[in-house]
Amino acid sequence: MIKNLCQKMFGRSLWVYHANSGGCNGCDIEVLNVLTPYYDVERFGIKLVGSPRHADVMLCQGPAMRSTAAALRRAYEAMPAPKLVFAIGSCACGGGIWHDSYPVLGPVEKVVPVNYYIPGCPPRPEAIIYGVAVALGLVDKRVVPVEVRQLPLIIPRYHPDDLRGRDELVVYEKADSL
Amino acid sequence: MSILSKVKEAVICLRAGRVTLPYPAQPRPTPPNFRGRPIFDASRCIGCAGCANNCPAREILVVDLCQEVRVLQYLGRRCTYCGRCADVCPEKAITMSRDFETATDHVADLGQRLELFMSTCQRCGRCFTPPSALDQLKLKGYRFDDVAHERWVFHSTAYGRDEPVVEDVEIELD
Repeated sequence: MIKNLCQKMFGRSLWVYHANSGGCNGCDIEVLNVLTPYYDVERFGIKLVGSPRHADVMLCQGPAMRSTAAALRRAYEAMPAPKLVFAIGSCACGGGIWHDSYPVLGPVEKVVPVNYYIPGCPPRPEAIIYGVAVALGLVDKRVVPVEVRQLPLIIPRYHPDDLRGRDELVVYEKADSL
Repeated sequence: MSILSKVKEAVICLRAGRVTLPYPAQPRPTPPNFRGRPIFDASRCIGCAGCANNCPAREILVVDLCQEVRVLQYLGRRCTYCGRCADVCPEKAITMSRDFETATDHVADLGQRLELFMSTCQRCGRCFTPPSALDQLKLKGYRFDDVAHERWVFHSTAYGRDEPVVEDVEIELD
């Protein structure tokens, strides 16, 4: 549903706003790498703008931190109405390595609603382009949740209560099942 | 600034040709030592939780449902692809794949969940000896990580009490 909505609302060019709320600049460098002529995302119409009021998409890097959460929220609310949020990097997706430390609140989805997640530390420029292509409906996403269950192998339990005295011998009753 | 330098520039540009990658239309191979998302092999895993104890992002959670069943939940959302879990795994059950195309719109897609059958001792019917105080510091024995909050719980004995283990911080927004 969100893909159809994206294609309808963002059919032309996406203007992206680049918000770093306390990351280490690794993802920033990769995002700027994406905008270079080598990975040229301007062929999809993507353009970097300096103000959230001009933007359709906010690229969040870095976790939500105590000091920047309010500013991130204000930047999100300043964007005009059909808006997308990309969480780029493992800090923005899940809080990163320092997810449980004092100044880090956690993933940016605690502060702003996130539409697309691009994990990686930092993600490759190709991974960011892939996330944009998934959002634009050019390619399908390839990850599915995996749930595997091992087969149980029941081992019968030895218990001294099952020992019985029989004809001057001590016999274990359930010896067949062991 | 002669006209010759402009001609030279034009020759350089024309010789370079088109440099833009046709990436989403054509696949892009990764370098051979690239580490992508880890793949967990449930048929090899013995449930030692060494990966969970060594994960720097603390994102492999271990929950013991009962004596025999141990759940190993890989969240995937804050994984930094450091490969330490694959290094420490004694059975080589974790391999770092070269898959980087993991962008998704549901963050739960990144997770992997293994339900492991833990063989029990024939005598005592348990899969671990009960941990001593020193073992609790070394995080052996039963583990009850908080899957709902996606947090690691450091002392499993602390979880039995009524007070919550994880307290979410109130976000102050104006």
